[in-house]
Amino acid sequence: MGANGPSLPDRARNGRLAVYAIAAAIGLILAFAPFLFGDVRSQQVAARICVFIVLVASYDLLIGYTGIVSFAHTMFFGLGAYGAAIALKQWGPGWSAVLVGGGAGIVAAAALAALIGVLSLRVKAIFFAMVTLAAASVMLVLASQLSAITNGEDGLVYVAPKLLTPATILFTGADGKAAKWFGVRMDGKIAAYYFVFLTCLVLFAALYRIIRSPLGAVLEAVRENEIRAEAIGYRVVAYRTAVFVIAAVIAACAGVVWAVWLRYTGPETTLSFAIMIDILLMVVIGGMGTMTGAVIGVTVMSLAQFYLKDLMGAAAEATAAIPVLPQLLNPDRWLFWLGILFILLVYFFPAGVAGTLMKKGTH
Amino acid sequence: MSDFILRLDDVHTDIAQYRILHGVSLDVPRGGVHVLLGRNGAGKTTTLRTIMGLWRARSGAVVLGHRDISAMHTSEIARLGVAYVPENMGIFGGLTVEENLRLAAGPAGFDPGRLKRIFTLFPAMEKFRDKSAWALSGGQKQMLAISRAIIEPRQLILIDEPTKGLAPAIIRAMIDAFRDIARETTILLVEQNFLFASSLGETVAVIDDGRIVHRGVMAELAADRDLQTRLLGLSLDAHH
Repeated sequence: MGANGPSLPDRARNGRLAVYAIAAAIGLILAFAPFLFGDVRSQQVAARICVFIVLVASYDLLIGYTGIVSFAHTMFFGLGAYGAAIALKQWGPGWSAVLVGGGAGIVAAAALAALIGVLSLRVKAIFFAMVTLAAASVMLVLASQLSAITNGEDGLVYVAPKLLTPATILFTGADGKAAKWFGVRMDGKIAAYYFVFLTCLVLFAALYRIIRSPLGAVLEAVRENEIRAEAIGYRVVAYRTAVFVIAAVIAACAGVVWAVWLRYTGPETTLSFAIMIDILLMVVIGGMGTMTGAVIGVTVMSLAQFYLKDLMGAAAEATAAIPVLPQLLNPDRWLFWLGILFILLVYFFPAGVAGTLMKKGTH
Repeated sequence: MSDFILRLDDVHTDIAQYRILHGVSLDVPRGGVHVLLGRNGAGKTTTLRTIMGLWRARSGAVVLGHRDISAMHTSEIARLGVAYVPENMGIFGGLTVEENLRLAAGPAGFDPGRLKRIFTLFPAMEKFRDKSAWALSGGQKQMLAISRAIIEPRQLILIDEPTKGLAPAIIRAMIDAFRDIARETTILLVEQNFLFASSLGETVAVIDDGRIVHRGVMAELAADRDLQTRLLGLSLDAHH
């Protein structure tokens, strides 16, 4: 350490440690969420964070690690979700429906991604982005119009596999009812949460493994300079298509998990452009090309979306005696404050929270 | 086996609406260092990029060994054993020195013998193995670019102005390294530093306005100051 404080490598190392510590803390909280937060809403938020971490991390593999701008990520998410949902609706609750329906959705996502990739990844980034936008729009319209299969705008309501329903008792207590561990009933509800948490953990670990593998280095090289990557022997279109398919498959897997957790699948919960914008904001807030940034970005954004209103309500009450402030803090204005929060985050963390702390992009 | 590793036969290359190469014909003998000289804008870099498939030849043939590579994709040409070290070095700043080398080594990974040789030629590469490439000095970046070119056995290495902006001590180290590398492969070197080029080159071709205007033995050009002045507008004395 010099007279002017830590050197750039030291700051980067400290920043990396801070980011890993924050991500690990979030991971621990998510791992014990049912025991830490008893209410249904908190568990719903925790499950959503788990699923969106996978969704955003898989999108970061595209935009952050490979430099591919796509607006079709919710389409792949929706294909997985609708695959599982349609099978559960048609065949009734059961793991075979999840596996076959979800599997079909994942295969469809992979095939569609390969087709879009092969046909469009040769063109300039902006045209590729437009192709994905068009494909996502078509899928949204199809989900709404094919009512006989998707139940249109109303979506599909179905029952999850028996193990994950609240009526299932995992461990029986002395009274013959579900046992309570640390005050939490060991029933299908907790099984459903851990189904979400563990599946998402495996998917996130798979993504992390990819970026740490030699393929990750090739992807970074492709993002940095396609021509240089070609000149050392890498067929950029093949790699870009492969990573587009991988990201689509992971997004579709997240969609299956989301469908099983929610027991409802509709255009608004899986295919809407509002979700695509959320994904983009989460990647930017977390930090593109950091992977752990997805954990931070999703958590910050989800907590703001779910709790900012409550926080503002409490703040408005606490400042009731002060002029103007209660009006400004009116919970109805939560989107305005979410926008302010986003601007502040971008201002103070221009490369995203993880990206700025890890000093990514200092070169 | 052909005596020439590379032949360019009447190659014309356009960039947008501009004709840059007007029928370049060039034979590069197998083994050793061969130099392509020329003034700024003469077409040296375009020639290398055309060989590498980064610019597509409008007409003519580029033959590597006995294989016409003029219609091949850049990555295929690279996989045939042609390495390209561009003027801007072409390293990946976001990756470490080792990751840059590993990328060029391909899925089989490092050959320990070749890695050891690189570390002997360029000790800085071993010292800064885990350092991000963007943080290296200009000379170290050039060393990394050349190390990447020789991490695998190559048929041909195309090097574009490697001495540009480098300190004399580093240029001397480059000369030693190129002599060593040329024992096992062929180097086609584009250079404006005549002293550097003449100390390494066996043959020389001079390009002007997209055409080869002179072909011969480097030692003869180095000895003929009138020819140097006529072809290149310089004399060796000016570089002493």
